[in-house]
Amino acid sequence: MANNDTLKKTLTVTLVLSLVCSVLVSAAAVFLKDRQDQNKLLDVQGNILSIAGLVDDPRAMSRDEILAKFKEVKPMLVDLKSGDFYSGGDLNVSTYNDRAAAKDPKLSAALPAAADTALIKRREDVAKIYMVEENGKLKTLILPIRGYGLWSTLYGYMALDADLDTVVGLGFYEHGETPGLGGEVDNPRWKETWKGKEIFNDNGKLDIAVIKGSVVPGPNAKHQVDGLSGATLTTRGVNNLVNFWLGSNGFGPFLANLKKGEA
Amino acid sequence: MSTPTTREVLLTPVVSNNPIALQILGVCSALAVTTGMQTSLVMTLAVMFVTAFSNLFVSMIRNHIPGSIRIIVQMAIIASLVIIVDQILKAFAYEISKQLSVFVGLIITNCIVMGRAEAFAMKNPPLPSFMDGIGNGLGYGFVLMVVSFFRELLGSGKLFGVEILPVINNGGWYNPNGMMLLAPSAFFIIGLLIWAIRSWQPEQVEDAEFRIAPNSVGKEAH
Repeated sequence: MANNDTLKKTLTVTLVLSLVCSVLVSAAAVFLKDRQDQNKLLDVQGNILSIAGLVDDPRAMSRDEILAKFKEVKPMLVDLKSGDFYSGGDLNVSTYNDRAAAKDPKLSAALPAAADTALIKRREDVAKIYMVEENGKLKTLILPIRGYGLWSTLYGYMALDADLDTVVGLGFYEHGETPGLGGEVDNPRWKETWKGKEIFNDNGKLDIAVIKGSVVPGPNAKHQVDGLSGATLTTRGVNNLVNFWLGSNGFGPFLANLKKGEA
Repeated sequence: MSTPTTREVLLTPVVSNNPIALQILGVCSALAVTTGMQTSLVMTLAVMFVTAFSNLFVSMIRNHIPGSIRIIVQMAIIASLVIIVDQILKAFAYEISKQLSVFVGLIITNCIVMGRAEAFAMKNPPLPSFMDGIGNGLGYGFVLMVVSFFRELLGSGKLFGVEILPVINNGGWYNPNGMMLLAPSAFFIIGLLIWAIRSWQPEQVEDAEFRIAPNSVGKEAH
């Protein structure tokens, strides 16, 4: 065997190997990027459709079916500070990426620790919501929600009925909670328990909670959702993030304006 | 060392020389991905692919690898393969790649891959090395499938995501064992599995590192 341990040979092997490996890796990344981005987008769109109650199981649907169905959902931008629909000209609703905006210092603001109950650190100034309309009137309002659970930030959507009070659905499309415990936020039966809950009480105050244990039937039952057993911290995280996004730092002002018909 | 036949290279790692049960390599990922059988299967295929091809490529250039940088050369090959697998999964099996999340990337640190590159592929021709990679992937997969079978069945009452024992949460009778979904349960199952294999093949039992001296006989006090 030739002597491989000369300086020249070592450098040559290193260079050639690095070159070959980097070409392979970049090729895989570049050629598959489009498909990966599409998968991500489809996954989110499928989730939105199922949370809004438009489809049962997006995983059973083909790409084209999801894309076609998603046309029924109208994206809109909401200025979270004023609580009105966004009227500026800088942002385009079809290209606006709310998750990227939340990290961009120009498009978001840091939350003071006391207000940051969902532990998201920064909140975007403009949120991207979705609306389902029927005969020109709002039928379902789909709001993005996110917040920290036990291990990870949960990203999801919450759908409200046209009365802006009754929950149509809630679900998360991305999280890293423990499978079987906190991961049960994906359990269809648990998600089902959200349906029909009311987020405001009779005085118009925000009143929705994910409680520890099971909901006892009674006057408060429609404002409470069962916690996930064995997942106290995820449950608490979901409770906090729902209250944050429906509260005064989230969509609270927007919902109030919309109710008055002034948004 | 006599040259082993292809059959031996392929099948001995499954039970007789199992990378997890005998060599106790790759336990980390065996704990992490075995909550469900489907993720375990995909993880097995990914590890098999990476081990086989990293063995193949390392073996192909084994006569040119300088001894001083051989580990980093192996790492570069393994890391590139892992990234390619990760990208392919994200593009073609998005749901599963979401469940496996970081663990595909962590195949890089799976001791089996590097262990086989260093121990086998550096000394053997490409084809047997490739087979050795497949064989060790099979051995890894065998343990993963056994562990995930028990964890998924007892932890969520399902197999491959299909409900076998109807759980209480979904209106059935089975109260799932939450511990089965956490990492420690995999330790117990792997331990029991190693016990079973070594009872069947006692030659796998290591010699005791020391012998316990017989008890001295107690004497009555006077």
